[in-house]
Amino acid sequence: MMTMTWWQNFPPFMIVAPLMCAAVCSVLKAKAARAVMLVLSALECCCMGVLLYFTQTRNLSFTFAMGEIGAPFGNELRVGAVEALVGLLFSLVMFLSLLGGWKQLEDDIAPNRMNLYGAVFCLLTAAMTAMTFTNDLFTAYVFIEISTIAACALILSRNMGWNMLAAARYMIMNLLGSGLFLLGLSMLYCLTGHLLFPQLGAAVRALAAENRYDMPLYLSFLLMTMGVAIKSALYPFHTWLPGAYSTSTAASSAILSSVVSKMYIFLLVKVFLRAAGVDVFTRRIEDVLFLYAFVGVIMGSVHAIRQRHMMRMIAYSSVAQIGYIFLGIALGTQAGFAAAVFHILAHSSAKSMLFLAGNRLQSAADGHDTFPALQGAAKKAPLAAFAFLIGALSLVGVPLLGGFASKVYLSQAAVALGGWRMVLVLADLLISTALNVGYLLRCALRLYRPTEKEETEHNPKTKDAPFAFAMGVLIVMNLGLGVFGGPVLRWIQQGIAIFM
Amino acid sequence: MLSQVYSHLDELTAVALFGIGFTLLLLDKNLMKKIIGFSMMDSGIYLFLASYGYIESRLAPIYAEDVSESSAYVNPLPAGLVLTGIVVGVSVTAVMLGLTIRLYERYHSLDIDEIAEKIRREGK
Repeated sequence: MMTMTWWQNFPPFMIVAPLMCAAVCSVLKAKAARAVMLVLSALECCCMGVLLYFTQTRNLSFTFAMGEIGAPFGNELRVGAVEALVGLLFSLVMFLSLLGGWKQLEDDIAPNRMNLYGAVFCLLTAAMTAMTFTNDLFTAYVFIEISTIAACALILSRNMGWNMLAAARYMIMNLLGSGLFLLGLSMLYCLTGHLLFPQLGAAVRALAAENRYDMPLYLSFLLMTMGVAIKSALYPFHTWLPGAYSTSTAASSAILSSVVSKMYIFLLVKVFLRAAGVDVFTRRIEDVLFLYAFVGVIMGSVHAIRQRHMMRMIAYSSVAQIGYIFLGIALGTQAGFAAAVFHILAHSSAKSMLFLAGNRLQSAADGHDTFPALQGAAKKAPLAAFAFLIGALSLVGVPLLGGFASKVYLSQAAVALGGWRMVLVLADLLISTALNVGYLLRCALRLYRPTEKEETEHNPKTKDAPFAFAMGVLIVMNLGLGVFGGPVLRWIQQGIAIFM
Repeated sequence: MLSQVYSHLDELTAVALFGIGFTLLLLDKNLMKKIIGFSMMDSGIYLFLASYGYIESRLAPIYAEDVSESSAYVNPLPAGLVLTGIVVGVSVTAVMLGLTIRLYERYHSLDIDEIAEKIRREGK
């Protein structure tokens, strides 16, 4: 048993602390609950930062065996550079979404319900941390369900008919997804007798070498992949997404779009790389996944162009971006997985900013988010419009921004692979970039176009320091991912190389 | 053929339950039936796990004084997984039921399409 240093004890506390905070939050007053949310997410960021610093500089990963019980009965957490990096980004986005949506939170949620929102936020933090760190397939399933319930409550944060319908649709599709995931993992467990990733990977490799249980193993991985695809809204399983993302309060939309759907994909990356181990099974799945992702990238954008409401447009653009991530996974090479993880980071930081800024622009346009109503909104909310522009440019893929870097890495991974996949990926990138310009930039430019009629009453500019701070950090994150994309990608590659 | 069916009765039942539940949850318009479908789907999986976890003529995983070798007991883990799964399923069902009650109180319908239509007409 390796001796543990102080920072290696962080991971379990980072899961237990939010769970306890959730329990405490539910009996607090509104103000205290908001303070708990803020402090908790800030602390998570700091812990993730410490973990990233140590795992990155020493290029190591470590497992934390709960209660020091080993396989096959134990439960483990594993932290390496990739987990810490993805976890850091997720917790940072959650913290900033909270700050950026701070004012809407006060408007949308009655004071006597704020404690419940806090509880749900803490639960989601726990689920995010656990899913990022866990080394155990069944623990992952349990936290998938916890995050499903928490996300449903986040959608319900505004008490309107649309939200309730969106939440019901969200639950239905997500329960189908987690049902498939559970069936897949049960089959895998019956075949191998293991739930911890390293032992599971070894058992799968041994079975594959003997060519036994070929079909059941393939089927179980396929079921898990389908489950995750539904839960992360890969086209054509995206039907629940637009309503869920576009109707809730600003902080909820930002968190749902950039953290909740991405953590399932990160889990899938872990399953593919660590549990499947060999590409005997995943290769065949990847072909199917590739097709869906290819169609999804284009269809997501086509749907987005046809929207007449800005928030729904941003939501549909998520479908296209999820397609990019799955495209990277479907390449099946280490470079492809690295590009996919990088795009998780780039998209999370751009999309949360778009949702927060979009929500602010919507309230500047008196609550309307049709494009004519938004014309000239930049004058009333200059910072939000600027952030929206940066986010749109990043998703379109303008150099120096995160979205550009991830498109470069994705095409590099495809070129390295060659063959028909390369042609399709490059064609996909080309078409979707053109489509992205069509809707995102059109919308951004509309914000800056002056209105015909003279503004009669100029509502006094309200200072909103938390929002300004959140936008500032998110803009810096987008720029950072674009400018320092190379080092970040190398961290991811190093982390993935020691995944096994 | 028939003997094969008989020897795999548990799995076949589990798969049938899963299929029926999945179809109900996906295709039925009635929210209550959807919830019932979810319960059936989950029960199918629990049956699958539980039937694989039990090996005939082995003891329950509770230590008995006179039996010391571990091969005499069944693996306790599958039962643990099923129990955890049941707990998860109950909480999810509770959330779904709560949501359904709220939708019903407001729109006096359990049909999800009808509810969507009413919300659209309401315009908010």
